[in-house]
Amino acid sequence: MLNAVRRELPEYIEGYGQVKTFQGANVEQDKPVRRQVVIDKDSVDGNKVLSSLQEAMARCGLTDGMTISFHHHLRNGDHVLNMVLEEAARLGFKNLKIAASSIFPVHAPLVRHMENGVVTGLCTNYISGPVAEAVTHGLLHTPLVMHTHGGRARAIEAGDLSVDVAFLAAPSCDACGNINGVNGPAACGFLGYAIADAHYARRVVAITDNLVEYPNCPVEISQEYVDYVVPVASLGDVQGIISGTTMITRDPVGLRIAQFAAEVIAASGLLKENFSFQTGAGGISLAVAAYVREMMKKQKITGSFASGGITGYLVEMLEEGLFRAVFDVQCFDLLAVESQRRNRRHQGISASFYANPHNKGAVVNNLDVMILGATEIDKDFNVNVTTDSNGVLIGGSGGHSDTAAGAKLSIVVTKLTKVRLPIIRDAVTTITTPGETVDAVVTERGIAVNPRRGDLRQRLEQAGLLVMTIDELQEIAQAMTGKPDSLPPGRDIVAVVEYRDGTVIDVVYKV
Amino acid sequence: MDIKHPAKAGSLESNDIYVMVEPSSEEGIVLELDSIVMRQFGRHIEAAIKETVTKLGIDNIRIVAKDRGALDFTIKARVETAVKRALEE
Repeated sequence: MLNAVRRELPEYIEGYGQVKTFQGANVEQDKPVRRQVVIDKDSVDGNKVLSSLQEAMARCGLTDGMTISFHHHLRNGDHVLNMVLEEAARLGFKNLKIAASSIFPVHAPLVRHMENGVVTGLCTNYISGPVAEAVTHGLLHTPLVMHTHGGRARAIEAGDLSVDVAFLAAPSCDACGNINGVNGPAACGFLGYAIADAHYARRVVAITDNLVEYPNCPVEISQEYVDYVVPVASLGDVQGIISGTTMITRDPVGLRIAQFAAEVIAASGLLKENFSFQTGAGGISLAVAAYVREMMKKQKITGSFASGGITGYLVEMLEEGLFRAVFDVQCFDLLAVESQRRNRRHQGISASFYANPHNKGAVVNNLDVMILGATEIDKDFNVNVTTDSNGVLIGGSGGHSDTAAGAKLSIVVTKLTKVRLPIIRDAVTTITTPGETVDAVVTERGIAVNPRRGDLRQRLEQAGLLVMTIDELQEIAQAMTGKPDSLPPGRDIVAVVEYRDGTVIDVVYKV
Repeated sequence: MDIKHPAKAGSLESNDIYVMVEPSSEEGIVLELDSIVMRQFGRHIEAAIKETVTKLGIDNIRIVAKDRGALDFTIKARVETAVKRALEE
């Protein structure tokens, strides 16, 4: 059957289940629910500290086949997922399902656990490195499920994703399980992605390398949700938090794209008092922020908020008074962690507050402008950030689909070609974000506006910007690169890409 | 015409191609191509290399090319340079 972005999907996928096809970004479904949570505790009063992970697993009643969850705030410096799985493997557990908000290269030992049958299921919002390659090559027993950041919170709250035991990396924790992410040697910022896990998992284990006297203030995740506390030597390496690119690009092509994007924002009419803005941590995206910063200063605009993964650059804008607040679901560098520790306007938010489409109001819906990246874009503006052009998993939505759907203006910034590959394609390898939620594509050679946004196109043309059709941009690129051969159709499904509402927008095939 | 000795041109930088040529014991153009865009442009790059060599009047040659996403004009320039270096006395 075909879904709303014209992808052919089976009705049933072995190891995943019945497929609910993607119907469109804003299609009303049944009224969402929050699941019922059974308070299953083994009367621990006061001191919840256990001596080992083994003891925690025993007390949680962990058995083969259960789902255990992790958050990714320590990013590529995280040692907690590896530590827990190492212990689970040693104790002979099999057939575990992992619900990790992201998987990074540091999680390479997971490949071995997949080979040995310790782990047979995985769901995540973003995946890169050796585990991503192994999944693409078909090493995981059941298809990987890809969520968005908001979609994962939704799935946990709704009960679509049921977590038996949540293992929370807790940078600062007391004996009763009050947790924060801003203190301690592994301080990584507010634990926004762990909130739904803490509230809805059957059992919650805080793993900490900084056990402090009661009470551990500020309390971000409170003792009412936590079953046990396990002290360990180290949660990981905080230097690994620093996300890919946190420096403004110096590449003249990248700067030209950023300047065009800033001109689009200016011409859109959205850059005014109470402006709200989000950008990723890529070099071009940060350069857009730099141009926006100058425009805001010049026009004496005070913005409402900046959101997302937060870098030191956005912290500077907050401190200059360009925004009244920052909504931070995770820190992308240590300057952001430091800011969150001392500035109450640097507000931590949960993944649900950030981006869940089914709650009573997510921050993404308050966004004016979102700057997005892309690996490929098709002529309907559908974006791929999940796989590369060879079909290998290299990322995933994270907040891409959520912010695109929520923001009044979502702009994809990209070079027209990357190492000979034209970015605009007749068909993208994998659809991550539906084109109906993408308003404009900005490249070094010109700007394409989604035909749904005739109003925007008119504004940009009136401002004298270089507006083209997406077909024209594709032709310019292909004149340089030639037309790429398309890949042979895939056969075995290795990953299911869920849109934020839990419907299936695409699948990834074995390579 | 045949080349006289081995020669090379290009680099392994992104968007470039590294081309090594040497006299061949076999008949014709023997090409060993490795490219990061093999699946999308492999046939195309192979044709561009062979066409360049043929235009230069070379009959028998062994070519090893490692492509890092070079565009056609880069590929042709690197191949031509390597061949001309291999023809120098």
